[in-house]
Amino acid sequence: MTDPVLRLEGIVKTFPGVRALDGVSFSVMPGEVHALMGENGAGKSTLMKVLGGIHQPDGGAIYMGNDVVVMAGPLEAKAKGIVFIHQELSLAEELSVAENIYLGELPRKSFGRVDWSTLAEKTNTILKKLNVGFDATTLVGDLSIANQQMVEIARALTVDARAVIFDEPTASLTDAEKSVLFDVIADLKADGVGIIYISHRMEEIFKITDRISVLRDGQYQGTVDTAASNEESVTQMMIGRKLDLSRTVSDHELGEVALEVRGLSCGDLYTDISFEVRRGEVVGFYGLVGAGRTEIAETLFGLRDPSAGKILLNGEEVRISSPADAIARGISLVPEDRKGQGLVLGMNCRDNMTLPQIDDLKAGPFVAEGAEIAIFDQYRDRLDIRTPSWKQQVGNLSGGNQQKIVIGKWLSMHPNVLIVDEPTRGIDVGSKSEIHKLLRELAAQGYAVMVISSEMPEVLHVSDRIVAMYSGQIMRTFTSDEVTEENLIQAISGITPGQAA
Amino acid sequence: MKPGKMSKMLKSGAIWGFIVLELVFFSVAGEFLSLSDKAFMDWENMLLLLKQSAPIGIIAMGMTIVMVNGNIDLSVGATFAIAAIVLLDSMTWPIFAGLGDWVIPVAWLLALTVGTVLGAINGFIVWKTGVDAFIVTLGSMLGYRGIVFMLNGEQPTSHLNWTLVDFAEAEFLGLATASWFLLAVTIVIWFLMAKTVHGRNVYAIGDNREAAVNAGIRVGPHIMINFAIIGFLAALSAVVFYSESGSVNPNDGQLYELWVITAVVLGGTKITGGAGNAIGTFGGVLAIQLLRKGLGHIGADTSTVNLVIGLILIAVLILDRQLNVKGKEELKV
Repeated sequence: MTDPVLRLEGIVKTFPGVRALDGVSFSVMPGEVHALMGENGAGKSTLMKVLGGIHQPDGGAIYMGNDVVVMAGPLEAKAKGIVFIHQELSLAEELSVAENIYLGELPRKSFGRVDWSTLAEKTNTILKKLNVGFDATTLVGDLSIANQQMVEIARALTVDARAVIFDEPTASLTDAEKSVLFDVIADLKADGVGIIYISHRMEEIFKITDRISVLRDGQYQGTVDTAASNEESVTQMMIGRKLDLSRTVSDHELGEVALEVRGLSCGDLYTDISFEVRRGEVVGFYGLVGAGRTEIAETLFGLRDPSAGKILLNGEEVRISSPADAIARGISLVPEDRKGQGLVLGMNCRDNMTLPQIDDLKAGPFVAEGAEIAIFDQYRDRLDIRTPSWKQQVGNLSGGNQQKIVIGKWLSMHPNVLIVDEPTRGIDVGSKSEIHKLLRELAAQGYAVMVISSEMPEVLHVSDRIVAMYSGQIMRTFTSDEVTEENLIQAISGITPGQAA
Repeated sequence: MKPGKMSKMLKSGAIWGFIVLELVFFSVAGEFLSLSDKAFMDWENMLLLLKQSAPIGIIAMGMTIVMVNGNIDLSVGATFAIAAIVLLDSMTWPIFAGLGDWVIPVAWLLALTVGTVLGAINGFIVWKTGVDAFIVTLGSMLGYRGIVFMLNGEQPTSHLNWTLVDFAEAEFLGLATASWFLLAVTIVIWFLMAKTVHGRNVYAIGDNREAAVNAGIRVGPHIMINFAIIGFLAALSAVVFYSESGSVNPNDGQLYELWVITAVVLGGTKITGGAGNAIGTFGGVLAIQLLRKGLGHIGADTSTVNLVIGLILIAVLILDRQLNVKGKEELKV
């Protein structure tokens, strides 16, 4: 039997007050794709930092072959052939592909001049292997996110990699781009490189990995053969309970139409969009990244002007010129990028929750803090937000609780229409199902809810109706009886029912 | 103690610890080095220090709210000089000749209005063009200083009104007029930032502008109000100072912007916005003034003061960064 390229033995890492890693052991064989799974906060990032030499473990050992190795720092990890492809890209956009790939190791001629021809040659050899449609001299800033990721991978291939670690590599890729990435992974695998693949996406895990190791609360839960396992059992290992993703059937009466959109267009972003959302209904918007869903939400929230079409709120035509305007009309948006667009991370929970309405919470010239605390308490209880107190900085909360703060912020204003863009992005499995449940409850209470999501199980689970979008257009609107995974995929890939039949 | 609490405490209390350190150091060093036999922590000396802190301190309060908002104002020194000229010059204008001492409130009002308008102009440009405040106020710093020379020529503008001088030199409960103004401004700005809707929104905008917009906050007006406030305070600082001195040179107020920013940063305001408060700034202002006076007390050359303050500023920022990095690592578990 061959030796593993990388073997972890009882790795322990503690931070003040937290045991982030508690005896983690697993191994990666040459030519194996090994999935590492766990909820947010389970210890995956910490483990990667230990492997990358950013943190030193407090206990346990890392073996490469038969030798114990110590990663004193990131450079040493790289020198030993351990390479990371990070979720967040770290590229210099103003520099060329070649310069990015060999950053810090540019080939030189006399007097420290860059040897451009050698650089281009070396780069193009690698790019050829990756089979990409750009060359060494292309500016990184001109590339799509997917191609930028290819640059990161190319950078990894400049060293003699023995283990490559992918951290959520497909987070911002389209399906076509994903398949290119998977081809690259297959090639690496064929070369005998060991691969650690971190992802939340079950679908991918079961498609490309050989074994799966699971962490929960810093503890190693075990390793299973992918072929002998299924989504349900892995989820159970991750959360210790089952995640309910069964189809929703609403058992309450729908109210009148809260929001109606007629023939709405916005340049090339989307064209001729018409739909309606009734009170008591969750309408899901499903499509690939770039299908125009977020842009519609931004238009409804006053962040983007439409070039044609009408928006009707409670049957009355409105023009929405700014977020302040939208909020005044009862339209709320829980944005896609929670930390960047939804929260003020340095502020406490209470202040974040009441931010849009403090103007109405005044006692004389001052903010009525008592009223604010009352609102916070009410929604903390209602949404089960777990925080020691309202004074906690929002940045210190988990993703799930942060999202609940954003949702609570809008609920406390009793909106006519609640738009939720990617409700559970980057949120652990447990909080995910809580947020799904919450969205259903809101519908039952008579809210009109629009949910935009890139995760099919989520859209299927929470929506009463599903609007399938492709390249800026609505392909089809499904009721929950009509929809199947199959016809939904066809619709968002641009296949009309006629063609499919 | 929870992780992170220690570093937070260190950060918020650091400026006061530093002040205590300065007091102890200069008192002890003064025993050996000072030429005068007066103690450094002499009550009179401390009261004088507070009074001398006022010109920079009053402007620093305005800078605090502008910087928390995520902007900066480099034009305060020039605004200070313009307001001073308006104050002194307007008292000699023929149309006000019949007013007697009633010219004083009129001149004050004029100077304060001019400062507020100059500030609001900065704010309006930042709001409407979206150009970085650093660039806009770098331009207005030069432009406003140009106005000073146009109004003034190379000569000083002087006018002594003895009623005004009496007012400026008056003491109430042992504190000079200027000290009272500094304390009042500190308290007002503290309330404005900690307790009002405007203050809350300013923090939100400075911390995460996009999230603030998405919460329906109209960012522009808040920015403009803050620039108007700092313009007003730069003028107020001039009014308080020149009521007593009675003579303004065209170069007066130069480098004030840098002293003010130093005090604000020492006081814990984040350069990128979103954090900071008036009390911390008050500490920063005192710390700088103590250092200037203290170095003088132990007989150091005045030219060493800038060097020392510069070194301390950098040391503080390095320390702050260390504490922040540590806090982050604990969080990212």
